[in-house]
Amino acid sequence: MRLSQAWIITSKDFSTFRKKSNILYATFGAPILLAIFLPAVIAFVEHRHTGSALRPVFDHILPVFTFFWIILAGASPATIASYTIVGEKIERSLESLLATPTTDSEILVGKGLAAFLPPLGAILAGAIIFMGLMDVVTRGILGHNIFPNGNALVVVFVLVPLAVLMSVEWNVIVSSRVSDVRIAQQIGMLLVLPFIGLYASGELGLIALGVVRNLLIIAGILVVVDAVLLVLARATFKRERILTKWR
Amino acid sequence: MIEMQNLTKCFGDITAVDGLTLHVGEGEICGLLGPNGAGKTTTVRMLCGLISKSSGSAHVGGYEVSNVADAVPMRKLIGLVSENLGLYDDLTASQNLAFYGRLYGCSEARRKANSQRFLGMLDLWGHRDAPVATFSKGMKQKLAIARALIHDPQILFLDEPTANLDPESARTVRDFLVALKQGKRTIVLNTHNLAEAQSICDRIAILNTRLVASGTPDELERATGGRHIAIRVEDIEVAREPILAAVQGVLPTGRVRVEGDQLTVEVAEPERHIADTVSAIVHAGGRIQFAGVGGSNLEQAYLALVGRGR
Repeated sequence: MRLSQAWIITSKDFSTFRKKSNILYATFGAPILLAIFLPAVIAFVEHRHTGSALRPVFDHILPVFTFFWIILAGASPATIASYTIVGEKIERSLESLLATPTTDSEILVGKGLAAFLPPLGAILAGAIIFMGLMDVVTRGILGHNIFPNGNALVVVFVLVPLAVLMSVEWNVIVSSRVSDVRIAQQIGMLLVLPFIGLYASGELGLIALGVVRNLLIIAGILVVVDAVLLVLARATFKRERILTKWR
Repeated sequence: MIEMQNLTKCFGDITAVDGLTLHVGEGEICGLLGPNGAGKTTTVRMLCGLISKSSGSAHVGGYEVSNVADAVPMRKLIGLVSENLGLYDDLTASQNLAFYGRLYGCSEARRKANSQRFLGMLDLWGHRDAPVATFSKGMKQKLAIARALIHDPQILFLDEPTANLDPESARTVRDFLVALKQGKRTIVLNTHNLAEAQSICDRIAILNTRLVASGTPDELERATGGRHIAIRVEDIEVAREPILAAVQGVLPTGRVRVEGDQLTVEVAEPERHIADTVSAIVHAGGRIQFAGVGGSNLEQAYLALVGRGR
Protein backbone atom coordinates (compact mmCIF):
# COMPACT_ATOMS: atom_id res chain seq x y z
CA MET A 1 0.00 0.00 0.00
CA ARG A 2 1.28 3.45 -0.94
CA LEU A 3 0.68 5.96 1.84
CA SER A 4 1.48 8.79 -0.59
CA GLN A 5 -1.52 7.77 -2.69
CA ALA A 6 -3.74 7.64 0.41
CA TRP A 7 -2.47 11.05 1.50
CA ILE A 8 -3.55 12.62 -1.82
CA ILE A 9 -7.12 11.58 -0.98
CA THR A 10 -6.75 12.83 2.58
CA SER A 11 -5.47 16.21 1.36
CA LYS A 12 -8.35 16.55 -1.07
CA ASP A 13 -10.83 15.85 1.73
CA PHE A 14 -9.12 18.45 3.94
CA SER A 15 -9.56 21.00 1.13
CA THR A 16 -13.26 20.12 1.00
CA PHE A 17 -13.72 20.24 4.78
CA ARG A 18 -12.26 23.74 4.92
CA LYS A 19 -15.22 24.90 2.86
CA LYS A 20 -17.86 23.15 4.99
CA SER A 21 -18.64 25.29 8.02
CA ASN A 22 -20.88 22.64 9.61
CA ILE A 23 -17.98 20.17 9.61
CA LEU A 24 -15.60 22.73 11.09
CA TYR A 25 -18.05 23.69 13.85
CA ALA A 26 -18.89 20.08 14.69
CA THR A 27 -15.27 18.96 14.72
CA PHE A 28 -13.60 21.86 16.48
CA GLY A 29 -16.47 23.50 18.37
CA ALA A 30 -17.29 20.71 20.82
CA PRO A 31 -13.70 20.15 22.10
CA ILE A 32 -13.16 23.87 22.59
CA LEU A 33 -16.46 24.22 24.43
CA LEU A 34 -15.70 21.22 26.62
CA ALA A 35 -12.19 22.50 27.34
CA ILE A 36 -13.61 25.79 28.60
CA PHE A 37 -16.94 24.65 30.06
CA LEU A 38 -15.65 22.01 32.50
CA PRO A 39 -13.03 24.23 34.18
CA ALA A 40 -15.65 26.99 34.27
CA VAL A 41 -17.98 24.66 36.21
CA ILE A 42 -15.20 23.88 38.70
CA ALA A 43 -14.37 27.56 39.05
CA PHE A 44 -18.05 28.29 39.71
CA VAL A 45 -18.23 25.53 42.36
CA GLU A 46 -15.07 26.84 43.97
CA HIS A 47 -16.53 30.30 44.06
CA ARG A 48 -19.64 29.01 45.88
CA HIS A 49 -17.95 26.49 48.23
CA THR A 50 -14.46 27.41 49.28
CA GLY A 51 -12.39 25.22 51.58
CA SER A 52 -10.77 21.80 51.82
CA ALA A 53 -14.17 20.06 51.72
CA LEU A 54 -13.93 20.25 47.97
CA ARG A 55 -10.76 18.16 47.82
CA PRO A 56 -12.50 14.70 47.94
CA VAL A 57 -15.07 15.96 45.46
CA PHE A 58 -12.30 16.94 43.05
CA ASP A 59 -10.54 13.61 43.59
CA HIS A 60 -13.70 11.88 42.35
CA ILE A 61 -14.90 14.27 39.73
CA LEU A 62 -11.73 15.15 37.83
CA PRO A 63 -11.04 11.61 36.53
CA VAL A 64 -14.70 11.45 35.50
CA PHE A 65 -14.39 14.78 33.72
CA THR A 66 -11.31 13.42 31.96
CA PHE A 67 -13.41 10.50 30.77
CA PHE A 68 -15.67 12.99 28.97
CA TRP A 69 -12.94 13.25 26.35
CA ILE A 70 -13.45 9.59 25.45
CA ILE A 71 -17.18 10.16 25.07
CA LEU A 72 -16.41 13.10 22.82
CA ALA A 73 -13.95 10.95 20.86
CA GLY A 74 -16.74 8.45 20.21
CA ALA A 75 -19.14 11.13 18.98
CA SER A 76 -17.07 13.84 17.34
CA PRO A 77 -15.78 11.97 14.25
CA ALA A 78 -19.33 11.02 13.17
CA THR A 79 -19.86 14.27 11.26
CA ILE A 80 -16.62 14.25 9.35
CA ALA A 81 -16.43 10.46 8.86
CA SER A 82 -19.96 10.20 7.50
CA TYR A 83 -19.34 13.13 5.18
CA THR A 84 -16.10 11.75 3.77
CA ILE A 85 -17.83 8.60 2.47
CA VAL A 86 -21.49 9.58 2.11
CA GLY A 87 -20.41 12.91 0.63
CA GLU A 88 -18.70 11.01 -2.18
CA LYS A 89 -21.85 8.94 -2.64
CA ILE A 90 -23.99 12.05 -2.86
CA GLU A 91 -21.63 13.69 -5.35
CA ARG A 92 -21.47 10.34 -7.21
CA SER A 93 -17.72 10.66 -7.38
CA LEU A 94 -16.79 7.21 -6.10
CA GLU A 95 -16.83 5.56 -9.54
CA SER A 96 -14.33 8.07 -10.95
CA LEU A 97 -12.19 7.72 -7.84
CA LEU A 98 -12.28 3.92 -8.02
CA ALA A 99 -11.22 4.07 -11.69
CA THR A 100 -7.90 5.69 -10.74
CA PRO A 101 -4.77 3.59 -10.14
CA THR A 102 -5.50 3.49 -6.42
CA THR A 103 -6.21 0.36 -4.43
CA ASP A 104 -9.24 -0.12 -2.21
CA SER A 105 -6.96 -0.06 0.83
CA GLU A 106 -5.37 3.21 -0.22
CA ILE A 107 -8.78 4.84 -0.66
CA LEU A 108 -9.97 3.45 2.67
CA VAL A 109 -6.84 4.63 4.48
CA GLY A 110 -7.02 8.02 2.76
CA LYS A 111 -10.62 8.46 3.76
CA GLY A 112 -9.91 7.07 7.23
CA LEU A 113 -7.06 9.54 7.83
CA ALA A 114 -9.22 12.42 6.62
CA ALA A 115 -11.85 11.43 9.17
CA PHE A 116 -9.37 10.49 11.93
CA LEU A 117 -6.85 13.33 12.08
CA PRO A 118 -9.04 16.47 12.43
CA PRO A 119 -11.20 15.18 15.33
CA LEU A 120 -8.17 13.63 17.01
CA GLY A 121 -6.22 16.88 16.70
CA ALA A 122 -9.17 18.91 17.95
CA ILE A 123 -9.76 16.60 20.92
CA LEU A 124 -6.08 16.45 21.89
CA ALA A 125 -5.83 20.24 21.69
CA GLY A 126 -9.05 20.59 23.68
CA ALA A 127 -7.84 18.10 26.30
CA ILE A 128 -4.53 19.92 26.72
CA ILE A 129 -6.35 23.25 27.12
CA PHE A 130 -8.73 21.54 29.56
CA MET A 131 -5.87 20.18 31.68
CA GLY A 132 -4.11 23.53 31.75
CA LEU A 133 -7.23 25.46 32.73
CA MET A 134 -8.23 22.81 35.26
CA ASP A 135 -4.82 23.09 36.94
CA VAL A 136 -5.29 26.84 37.13
CA VAL A 137 -8.73 26.61 38.79
CA THR A 138 -7.97 23.69 41.16
CA ARG A 139 -4.44 24.59 42.28
CA GLY A 140 -5.77 26.80 45.08
CA ILE A 141 -7.76 23.96 46.67
CA LEU A 142 -5.47 21.01 45.93
CA GLY A 143 -2.21 22.84 46.50
CA HIS A 144 -0.63 21.22 43.45
CA ASN A 145 -1.25 20.63 39.71
CA ILE A 146 -3.45 17.60 39.22
CA PHE A 147 -2.65 17.41 35.48
CA PRO A 148 -0.89 15.81 33.80
CA ASN A 149 -1.14 12.50 35.60
CA GLY A 150 -0.92 8.87 34.53
CA ASN A 151 -4.68 8.49 34.42
CA ALA A 152 -5.13 11.52 32.17
CA LEU A 153 -2.25 10.53 29.91
CA VAL A 154 -3.78 7.08 29.33
CA VAL A 155 -7.18 8.63 28.63
CA VAL A 156 -5.93 11.34 26.29
CA PHE A 157 -3.12 9.58 24.46
CA VAL A 158 -4.35 5.96 24.43
CA LEU A 159 -8.11 5.78 24.88
CA VAL A 160 -9.02 8.89 22.89
CA PRO A 161 -7.16 7.80 19.71
CA LEU A 162 -8.63 4.30 20.03
CA ALA A 163 -12.13 5.72 20.46
CA VAL A 164 -11.69 8.07 17.49
CA LEU A 165 -10.45 5.16 15.36
CA MET A 166 -13.41 3.07 16.46
CA SER A 167 -15.81 5.85 15.57
CA VAL A 168 -14.23 6.31 12.13
CA GLU A 169 -14.40 2.58 11.36
CA TRP A 170 -17.97 2.36 12.60
CA ASN A 171 -18.96 5.33 10.45
CA VAL A 172 -17.34 3.79 7.35
CA ILE A 173 -19.51 0.72 7.86
CA VAL A 174 -22.62 2.81 8.51
CA SER A 175 -21.89 5.01 5.49
CA SER A 176 -21.97 2.01 3.18
CA ARG A 177 -25.59 1.36 4.13
CA VAL A 178 -27.08 4.85 3.92
CA SER A 179 -27.04 7.64 1.37
CA ASP A 180 -27.95 10.58 3.57
CA VAL A 181 -25.27 12.37 5.58
CA ARG A 182 -27.62 13.21 8.47
CA ILE A 183 -28.85 9.64 8.85
CA ALA A 184 -25.24 8.43 8.74
CA GLN A 185 -24.33 10.89 11.47
CA GLN A 186 -27.28 9.90 13.64
CA ILE A 187 -26.48 6.20 13.38
CA GLY A 188 -22.77 6.96 13.75
CA MET A 189 -23.46 8.79 17.00
CA LEU A 190 -24.87 5.58 18.50
CA LEU A 191 -21.29 4.55 19.11
CA VAL A 192 -21.20 6.97 21.99
CA LEU A 193 -23.59 4.75 23.98
CA PRO A 194 -21.00 2.21 25.21
CA PHE A 195 -18.82 5.06 26.42
CA ILE A 196 -21.74 6.69 28.21
CA GLY A 197 -22.39 3.27 29.74
CA LEU A 198 -18.81 3.17 30.98
CA TYR A 199 -19.16 6.66 32.39
CA ALA A 200 -22.39 5.69 34.16
CA SER A 201 -20.66 2.59 35.53
CA GLY A 202 -17.99 4.86 36.95
CA GLU A 203 -20.59 7.12 38.52
CA LEU A 204 -22.40 4.10 40.02
CA GLY A 205 -19.17 2.78 41.44
CA LEU A 206 -19.15 -0.33 39.28
CA ILE A 207 -15.79 0.58 37.81
CA ALA A 208 -13.12 2.97 39.05
CA LEU A 209 -12.30 5.23 36.12
CA GLY A 210 -9.52 6.91 38.07
CA VAL A 211 -7.45 3.71 38.17
CA VAL A 212 -4.87 3.37 35.39
CA ARG A 213 -5.11 -0.45 35.36
CA ASN A 214 -8.85 -0.26 34.65
CA LEU A 215 -8.26 2.25 31.87
CA LEU A 216 -5.66 -0.05 30.30
CA ILE A 217 -8.17 -2.91 30.38
CA ILE A 218 -10.65 -0.66 28.59
CA ALA A 219 -7.88 0.19 26.11
CA GLY A 220 -7.27 -3.53 25.49
CA ILE A 221 -10.98 -4.05 24.77
CA LEU A 222 -10.97 -1.07 22.41
CA VAL A 223 -7.96 -2.50 20.52
CA VAL A 224 -9.89 -5.74 19.94
CA VAL A 225 -13.06 -3.91 18.89
CA ASP A 226 -11.02 -1.64 16.59
CA ALA A 227 -9.42 -4.68 14.96
CA VAL A 228 -12.81 -6.33 14.37
CA LEU A 229 -14.30 -3.12 12.96
CA LEU A 230 -11.27 -2.68 10.71
CA VAL A 231 -11.84 -6.13 9.22
CA LEU A 232 -15.53 -5.33 8.72
CA ALA A 233 -14.79 -1.89 7.22
CA ARG A 234 -12.25 -3.43 4.87
CA ALA A 235 -14.77 -6.07 3.79
CA THR A 236 -17.37 -3.34 3.22
CA PHE A 237 -15.03 -1.15 1.21
CA LYS A 238 -14.60 -3.33 -1.87
CA ARG A 239 -14.68 -1.76 -5.31
CA GLU A 240 -17.38 -3.97 -6.80
CA ARG A 241 -19.49 -3.90 -3.67
CA ILE A 242 -19.38 -0.09 -3.61
CA LEU A 243 -20.57 0.16 -7.21
CA THR A 244 -23.19 -2.55 -7.14
CA LYS A 245 -24.42 -2.94 -3.57
CA TRP A 246 -24.01 0.41 -1.84
CA ARG A 247 -27.23 2.38 -1.71
CA MET B 1 -5.81 -2.58 -27.63
CA ILE B 2 -9.05 -3.97 -26.14
CA GLU B 3 -9.91 -7.64 -26.56
CA MET B 4 -12.96 -9.41 -25.17
CA GLN B 5 -13.62 -13.12 -25.50
CA ASN B 6 -16.94 -14.51 -24.30
CA LEU B 7 -17.01 -11.85 -21.63
CA THR B 8 -19.92 -12.50 -19.29
CA LYS B 9 -21.24 -10.81 -16.19
CA CYS B 10 -24.04 -12.12 -14.03
CA PHE B 11 -25.63 -10.45 -11.02
CA GLY B 12 -27.25 -13.35 -9.24
CA ASP B 13 -29.71 -14.86 -11.70
CA ILE B 14 -29.55 -11.90 -14.04
CA THR B 15 -27.09 -11.97 -16.92
CA ALA B 16 -26.07 -8.40 -17.67
CA VAL B 17 -23.48 -9.20 -20.34
CA ASP B 18 -23.62 -12.52 -22.15
CA GLY B 19 -20.61 -13.92 -24.01
CA LEU B 20 -19.39 -10.67 -25.52
CA THR B 21 -16.56 -11.09 -28.03
CA LEU B 22 -15.24 -7.86 -29.46
CA HIS B 23 -11.95 -6.30 -30.53
CA VAL B 24 -11.20 -2.58 -30.49
CA GLY B 25 -7.99 -1.64 -32.23
CA GLU B 26 -5.50 1.08 -31.36
CA GLY B 27 -6.63 4.54 -32.39
CA GLU B 28 -10.15 3.35 -33.07
CA ILE B 29 -13.35 4.97 -31.83
CA CYS B 30 -15.79 2.19 -31.04
CA GLY B 31 -19.37 3.02 -30.20
CA LEU B 32 -21.37 0.74 -27.92
CA LEU B 33 -25.04 1.08 -28.76
CA GLY B 34 -27.95 -0.65 -27.16
CA PRO B 35 -31.15 -0.08 -25.23
CA ASN B 36 -31.18 0.67 -21.52
CA GLY B 37 -30.07 -2.39 -19.59
CA ALA B 38 -28.20 -3.79 -22.60
CA GLY B 39 -24.99 -4.13 -20.57
CA LYS B 40 -23.02 -1.20 -21.97
CA THR B 41 -22.13 0.35 -18.62
CA THR B 42 -21.45 -3.06 -17.10
CA THR B 43 -19.08 -3.82 -19.99
CA VAL B 44 -17.21 -0.55 -19.47
CA ARG B 45 -17.01 -1.17 -15.73
CA MET B 46 -15.53 -4.61 -16.34
CA LEU B 47 -13.02 -3.20 -18.82
CA CYS B 48 -11.99 -0.53 -16.31
CA GLY B 49 -11.50 -3.19 -13.63
CA LEU B 50 -14.26 -1.72 -11.49
CA ILE B 51 -16.30 -4.89 -11.32
CA SER B 52 -15.26 -8.49 -11.84
CA LYS B 53 -16.29 -10.63 -14.79
CA SER B 54 -18.22 -13.85 -14.24
CA SER B 55 -16.51 -15.71 -17.08
CA GLY B 56 -14.63 -15.19 -20.33
CA SER B 57 -11.62 -12.95 -20.70
CA ALA B 58 -10.90 -9.32 -21.37
CA HIS B 59 -7.58 -7.60 -22.02
CA VAL B 60 -7.08 -3.86 -22.00
CA GLY B 61 -3.74 -2.55 -23.21
CA GLY B 62 -2.34 -6.05 -22.78
CA TYR B 63 -3.50 -6.40 -19.18
CA GLU B 64 -6.04 -9.00 -18.10
CA VAL B 65 -8.80 -7.02 -16.37
CA SER B 66 -9.41 -9.52 -13.59
CA ASN B 67 -5.75 -9.88 -12.66
CA VAL B 68 -5.31 -8.04 -9.35
CA ALA B 69 -1.61 -7.45 -10.01
CA ASP B 70 -2.46 -5.75 -13.33
CA ALA B 71 -5.13 -3.48 -11.87
CA VAL B 72 -3.00 -0.44 -11.01
CA PRO B 73 -0.86 -0.35 -14.20
CA MET B 74 -3.96 -1.02 -16.32
CA ARG B 75 -5.86 1.87 -14.76
CA LYS B 76 -2.97 4.18 -15.58
CA LEU B 77 -3.71 3.52 -19.26
CA ILE B 78 -7.38 4.32 -18.88
CA GLY B 79 -9.43 7.49 -18.63
CA LEU B 80 -13.09 7.16 -17.66
CA VAL B 81 -15.98 9.56 -18.00
CA SER B 82 -18.74 7.74 -16.21
CA GLU B 83 -22.44 8.40 -16.45
CA ASN B 84 -22.19 10.10 -13.06
CA LEU B 85 -19.66 12.83 -13.67
CA GLY B 86 -18.36 12.61 -10.13
CA LEU B 87 -16.77 16.02 -9.81
CA TYR B 88 -16.17 17.71 -6.47
CA ASP B 89 -18.49 20.72 -6.38
CA ASP B 90 -16.62 22.47 -3.57
CA LEU B 91 -13.33 22.41 -5.46
CA THR B 92 -12.44 24.53 -8.46
CA ALA B 93 -11.96 23.08 -11.93
CA SER B 94 -8.19 23.30 -11.49
CA GLN B 95 -8.33 21.62 -8.09
CA ASN B 96 -10.42 18.78 -9.49
CA LEU B 97 -7.89 18.22 -12.27
CA ALA B 98 -4.94 18.55 -9.89
CA PHE B 99 -6.40 15.95 -7.53
CA TYR B 100 -6.89 13.38 -10.27
CA GLY B 101 -3.56 14.24 -11.87
CA ARG B 102 -1.80 13.51 -8.60
CA LEU B 103 -3.65 10.21 -8.20
CA TYR B 104 -2.44 9.23 -11.67
CA GLY B 105 1.12 10.15 -10.72
CA CYS B 106 1.48 13.10 -13.12
CA SER B 107 4.21 15.59 -12.38
CA GLU B 108 3.07 19.10 -11.52
CA ALA B 109 4.42 20.44 -14.83
CA ARG B 110 2.49 17.81 -16.79
CA ARG B 111 -0.68 18.44 -14.79
CA LYS B 112 -0.50 22.14 -15.46
CA ALA B 113 0.28 21.68 -19.14
CA ASN B 114 -2.57 19.21 -19.63
CA SER B 115 -4.99 21.32 -17.60
CA GLN B 116 -4.26 24.33 -19.79
CA ARG B 117 -4.41 22.28 -22.97
CA PHE B 118 -7.66 20.42 -22.34
CA LEU B 119 -9.51 23.18 -20.50
CA GLY B 120 -8.53 25.45 -23.39
CA MET B 121 -9.76 22.99 -26.02
CA LEU B 122 -13.05 22.64 -24.16
CA ASP B 123 -13.57 26.38 -23.60
CA LEU B 124 -13.16 26.12 -19.84
CA TRP B 125 -9.80 27.79 -19.28
CA GLY B 126 -11.46 31.04 -18.23
CA HIS B 127 -13.39 29.15 -15.55
CA ARG B 128 -10.47 27.21 -14.11
CA ASP B 129 -10.58 28.93 -10.72
CA ALA B 130 -14.36 28.83 -10.30
CA PRO B 131 -15.96 26.24 -7.98
CA VAL B 132 -17.50 23.42 -9.97
CA ALA B 133 -20.78 24.01 -8.10
CA THR B 134 -21.22 27.14 -10.24
CA PHE B 135 -20.82 25.21 -13.52
CA SER B 136 -23.64 24.35 -15.90
CA LYS B 137 -24.31 20.71 -16.78
CA GLY B 138 -22.45 21.15 -20.07
CA MET B 139 -19.43 22.69 -18.39
CA LYS B 140 -19.32 19.86 -15.88
CA GLN B 141 -19.52 17.31 -18.68
CA LYS B 142 -16.59 18.95 -20.45
CA LEU B 143 -14.61 19.17 -17.22
CA ALA B 144 -15.19 15.46 -16.61
CA ILE B 145 -13.72 14.77 -20.05
CA ALA B 146 -10.71 16.97 -19.27
CA ARG B 147 -10.30 15.12 -15.99
CA ALA B 148 -10.30 11.76 -17.76
CA LEU B 149 -7.50 13.02 -20.02
CA ILE B 150 -5.32 14.71 -17.41
CA HIS B 151 -2.83 11.81 -17.43
CA ASP B 152 -2.80 11.35 -21.24
CA PRO B 153 -4.45 7.91 -21.20
CA GLN B 154 -4.10 5.67 -24.22
CA ILE B 155 -7.64 4.42 -23.79
CA LEU B 156 -10.68 6.52 -23.05
CA PHE B 157 -14.07 5.20 -21.94
CA LEU B 158 -16.95 7.63 -22.29
CA ASP B 159 -20.40 6.83 -20.96
CA GLU B 160 -22.99 9.09 -22.59
CA PRO B 161 -20.64 12.07 -22.92
CA THR B 162 -23.18 14.30 -24.68
CA ALA B 163 -26.31 13.26 -22.83
CA ASN B 164 -28.36 16.27 -21.72
CA LEU B 165 -26.03 18.74 -23.40
CA ASP B 166 -27.27 21.63 -25.49
CA PRO B 167 -26.46 21.26 -29.21
CA GLU B 168 -23.53 23.68 -29.07
CA SER B 169 -21.85 21.95 -26.12
CA ALA B 170 -22.53 18.53 -27.66
CA ARG B 171 -20.85 19.66 -30.85
CA THR B 172 -17.83 20.96 -28.93
CA VAL B 173 -17.50 17.58 -27.23
CA ARG B 174 -17.89 15.66 -30.50
CA ASP B 175 -15.32 17.83 -32.27
CA PHE B 176 -13.01 17.34 -29.31
CA LEU B 177 -13.37 13.55 -29.51
CA VAL B 178 -12.59 13.59 -33.22
CA ALA B 179 -9.52 15.73 -32.46
CA LEU B 180 -8.42 13.20 -29.83
CA LYS B 181 -8.47 10.51 -32.48
CA GLN B 182 -5.57 12.24 -34.19
CA GLY B 183 -3.54 11.43 -31.09
CA LYS B 184 -4.02 7.68 -31.69
CA ARG B 185 -6.19 7.29 -28.63
CA THR B 186 -8.52 4.35 -28.46
CA ILE B 187 -11.99 5.49 -27.47
CA VAL B 188 -14.97 3.43 -26.37
CA LEU B 189 -18.13 5.48 -26.51
CA ASN B 190 -21.38 4.42 -24.87
CA THR B 191 -24.18 6.36 -26.42
CA HIS B 192 -27.85 6.37 -27.34
CA ASN B 193 -27.23 9.10 -29.88
CA LEU B 194 -27.12 7.26 -33.21
CA ALA B 195 -26.21 10.32 -35.26
CA GLU B 196 -23.30 10.94 -32.94
CA ALA B 197 -22.15 7.34 -33.20
CA GLN B 198 -22.42 7.46 -36.97
CA SER B 199 -20.46 10.69 -37.26
CA ILE B 200 -17.53 9.90 -34.99
CA CYS B 201 -17.25 6.14 -34.57
CA ASP B 202 -15.05 3.98 -36.77
CA ARG B 203 -16.91 0.92 -35.61
CA ILE B 204 -20.13 0.27 -33.77
CA ALA B 205 -21.11 -2.66 -31.61
CA ILE B 206 -24.78 -3.10 -30.87
CA LEU B 207 -25.42 -4.83 -27.58
CA ASN B 208 -28.55 -6.22 -26.11
CA THR B 209 -26.98 -8.23 -23.31
CA ARG B 210 -25.35 -10.20 -26.14
CA LEU B 211 -23.49 -8.73 -29.08
CA VAL B 212 -26.17 -8.25 -31.72
CA ALA B 213 -23.95 -6.87 -34.49
CA SER B 214 -20.72 -5.02 -35.03
CA GLY B 215 -19.11 -3.26 -37.93
CA THR B 216 -18.63 0.12 -39.47
CA PRO B 217 -21.73 2.33 -39.60
CA ASP B 218 -21.98 1.60 -43.34
CA GLU B 219 -21.71 -2.14 -42.79
CA LEU B 220 -24.49 -2.06 -40.22
CA GLU B 221 -26.72 -0.04 -42.51
CA ARG B 222 -26.18 -2.58 -45.27
CA ALA B 223 -26.61 -5.54 -42.97
CA THR B 224 -30.30 -4.87 -42.59
CA GLY B 225 -30.95 -4.58 -46.32
CA GLY B 226 -33.48 -2.23 -47.91
CA ARG B 227 -30.78 -0.17 -49.62
CA HIS B 228 -31.94 1.02 -52.99
CA ILE B 229 -31.61 3.41 -55.90
CA ALA B 230 -34.69 5.61 -56.41
CA ILE B 231 -35.15 7.31 -59.77
CA ARG B 232 -38.11 9.37 -60.89
CA VAL B 233 -38.57 9.25 -64.67
CA GLU B 234 -40.85 11.62 -66.54
CA ASP B 235 -43.69 9.71 -68.21
CA ILE B 236 -42.08 6.38 -67.47
CA GLU B 237 -44.96 4.49 -69.10
CA VAL B 238 -43.91 5.87 -72.54
CA ALA B 239 -40.71 3.81 -72.49
CA ARG B 240 -41.37 1.44 -69.60
CA GLU B 241 -40.18 -1.80 -71.20
CA PRO B 242 -36.87 -0.49 -72.68
CA ILE B 243 -36.10 1.28 -69.40
CA LEU B 244 -36.71 -1.84 -67.31
CA ALA B 245 -34.62 -3.91 -69.73
CA ALA B 246 -31.79 -1.38 -69.54
CA VAL B 247 -31.86 -1.39 -65.73
CA GLN B 248 -31.88 -5.20 -65.60
CA GLY B 249 -28.93 -5.14 -68.00
CA VAL B 250 -26.91 -2.99 -65.61
CA LEU B 251 -28.16 -4.62 -62.40
CA PRO B 252 -29.17 -8.21 -63.17
CA THR B 253 -29.45 -9.06 -59.45
CA GLY B 254 -31.40 -5.95 -58.48
CA ARG B 255 -35.07 -6.15 -57.53
CA VAL B 256 -36.86 -3.57 -59.66
CA ARG B 257 -40.31 -2.16 -59.04
CA VAL B 258 -42.23 0.74 -60.50
CA GLU B 259 -44.77 2.84 -58.60
CA GLY B 260 -46.17 5.75 -60.58
CA ASP B 261 -43.20 7.51 -62.15
CA GLN B 262 -40.81 6.20 -59.53
CA LEU B 263 -38.50 3.33 -60.28
CA THR B 264 -36.86 1.64 -57.35
CA VAL B 265 -34.00 -0.87 -57.55
CA GLU B 266 -33.04 -2.71 -54.36
CA VAL B 267 -29.36 -3.47 -54.58
CA ALA B 268 -26.32 -3.78 -52.33
CA GLU B 269 -24.05 -0.74 -52.35
CA PRO B 270 -26.40 1.48 -54.37
CA GLU B 271 -23.82 4.31 -54.38
CA ARG B 272 -21.59 2.21 -56.64
CA HIS B 273 -24.31 1.56 -59.21
CA ILE B 274 -26.36 4.74 -59.42
CA ALA B 275 -24.32 6.42 -62.15
CA ASP B 276 -24.48 3.38 -64.48
CA THR B 277 -28.19 2.97 -63.80
CA VAL B 278 -28.95 6.61 -64.61
CA SER B 279 -26.87 6.37 -67.76
CA ALA B 280 -28.70 3.21 -68.87
CA ILE B 281 -32.12 4.80 -68.35
CA VAL B 282 -31.11 7.89 -70.33
CA HIS B 283 -29.84 5.69 -73.19
CA ALA B 284 -33.16 3.83 -73.10
CA GLY B 285 -35.00 7.11 -73.71
CA GLY B 286 -35.98 7.99 -70.14
CA ARG B 287 -35.99 11.61 -68.92
CA ILE B 288 -34.79 11.69 -65.33
CA GLN B 289 -36.26 14.15 -62.87
CA PHE B 290 -34.55 12.89 -59.73
CA ALA B 291 -32.09 10.17 -58.74
CA GLY B 292 -30.89 9.24 -55.29
CA VAL B 293 -29.90 6.52 -52.86
CA GLY B 294 -32.23 5.47 -50.09
CA GLY B 295 -32.88 2.73 -47.67
CA SER B 296 -32.10 2.00 -44.07
CA ASN B 297 -30.03 4.47 -42.10
CA LEU B 298 -28.25 3.63 -38.88
CA GLU B 299 -31.36 4.25 -36.83
CA GLN B 300 -33.42 1.82 -38.92
CA ALA B 301 -30.57 -0.66 -38.90
CA TYR B 302 -30.25 -0.32 -35.11
CA LEU B 303 -33.95 -0.85 -34.53
CA ALA B 304 -34.01 -3.83 -36.88
CA LEU B 305 -30.93 -5.41 -35.33
CA VAL B 306 -32.02 -4.88 -31.73
CA GLY B 307 -35.45 -6.22 -32.64
CA ARG B 308 -33.87 -9.30 -34.21
CA GLY B 309 -31.64 -9.78 -31.19
CA ARG B 310 -34.56 -10.04 -28.79
